[in-house]
Amino acid sequence: MRHESVPIYWRNIPHYYRLVARRCKRCGAVYFPPVAKCRCGSTELENVELPREGRLVEYTVLHQVGTDFLKQKPLIVGLVELSNGVRVAGQIVDAQPDKLAPGAKMEVVFRRVIADGKHGLVMYGYKFRPVGGI
Amino acid sequence: MSRVGVVSWGAYIPKYRIRTEEVARIWGDDPLRIVDVYLVDEKSVEGLDEDAVTIAVEAARRAIRRAGIDPRRIGAVYAGTESKPYAVKPISSILVDALGLSNNVFAVDMEFACKAGSEGLVAAIGLVDSGRAEYGMTVGTDTSQGEPGEHLEYSASSGGAALIVGKDGVAAELEAMYSFVSDTPDFWRREGSPYPMHGEGFTGEPAYFRHIVGAAKGLMEKYGYKPSDFTYVVFHQPNGRFPVRAASMLNIPMEKIKPGIVVTHIGNTYNASALMGFARVLDTAKPGDKILLVPFGSGAGSNAFVFTVTDLIAERQKTGVPTVEEMLRDKIYVDYAQYLKMRKMIKLFE
Ligand SMILES: [Zn+2]
Repeated sequence: MRHESVPIYWRNIPHYYRLVARRCKRCGAVYFPPVAKCRCGSTELENVELPREGRLVEYTVLHQVGTDFLKQKPLIVGLVELSNGVRVAGQIVDAQPDKLAPGAKMEVVFRRVIADGKHGLVMYGYKFRPVGGI
Repeated sequence: MSRVGVVSWGAYIPKYRIRTEEVARIWGDDPLRIVDVYLVDEKSVEGLDEDAVTIAVEAARRAIRRAGIDPRRIGAVYAGTESKPYAVKPISSILVDALGLSNNVFAVDMEFACKAGSEGLVAAIGLVDSGRAEYGMTVGTDTSQGEPGEHLEYSASSGGAALIVGKDGVAAELEAMYSFVSDTPDFWRREGSPYPMHGEGFTGEPAYFRHIVGAAKGLMEKYGYKPSDFTYVVFHQPNGRFPVRAASMLNIPMEKIKPGIVVTHIGNTYNASALMGFARVLDTAKPGDKILLVPFGSGAGSNAFVFTVTDLIAERQKTGVPTVEEMLRDKIYVDYAQYLKMRKMIKLFE
């Protein structure tokens, strides 16, 4: 699989590492992943860091996965509603799929996402996991 | 403003555990004898997507959350580790962006076997005490290596512990520190070598005990302490037996070291070992308690620190940050095959 390039990864560090989103200064809408222009037409947006806890909205278990994730099967992917109402999709770790349920309390964790072979860059980013363990 | 000290602490233990008997089953050792020799019942194992970087970030985030400070006020960040995912590329700079520190921050990774994280504490104390940084942070983080089937495999484990040092909002004031270092060939890992070697008989008397006792005794003599002054004593914990023996050599009663012992449940987290024990003690300490902390690193050296807990401790204990005790209980057991996969020890095409 062709990985994201090093420059693109580098540019995305604030949003991968700290969930830095864009908030519209005119109408207050928050975008994650970040966008350049708001639905209301405004291009005046500011950076805002999203909260690191929320609730699981829905999830699915992937048995067919991309080559970068072949050794992590099955992959749990879910949608989490953060405590400020913003919904973020991401991988769910440290969890057993049959014990997960919508509404479960989730926290953001910092994990390895892709390692570019044995010699390339290790790309880090956010994932989610259930709070308090299951 | 008070004297320099620990403002906040944060610890992180990966959820996965492997029992000593499971490792012994694979290598034909008698599990009862192994548990009896090392006093390690089980050890922590990092997840497939965890490493010394991710562990450091989690521990550091918890320390910042507990402190309740703006991370941009932290002027120095140090990572102490012997399991860097990169031979060249710092963990400390990843911490800067993962934690949202400012770019005006002194940052470096330190290496001195298991002592590096506590050397970061010394450096942070120096900068804060001299007024060159408002807050400083050190993180001890490791996914430590042990050759499969070799003694070290029964204890080498994964975890992280972070401390924030400052003069404002101090929860444990620094009273004294002292170091004891010498060239001792007790344990090493050559560049490019996957597992460390150790000098069998060298690891005990000439290394661990000489340096831990040397630092603790040196500190007590220089600053006029006696064992009865301390409420708690925390040593580096390569196994469950060494800290107990070090305590008896220093005439320190068992009940003072027991609260800081975590190795029995998670193994030796190397740079996080003594700092994790310190975090566990801080989780329940009371104002006025005096804590003697003595980390150790092979090669070899020890730092000894004395801290006095302040009235602010209660506030820091009520921040909702997971305690070490809670993490010791929050676990998922894995078998030896899963353990090899998680530790990335199965050879794959890459
Ligand atoms: Zn708008």
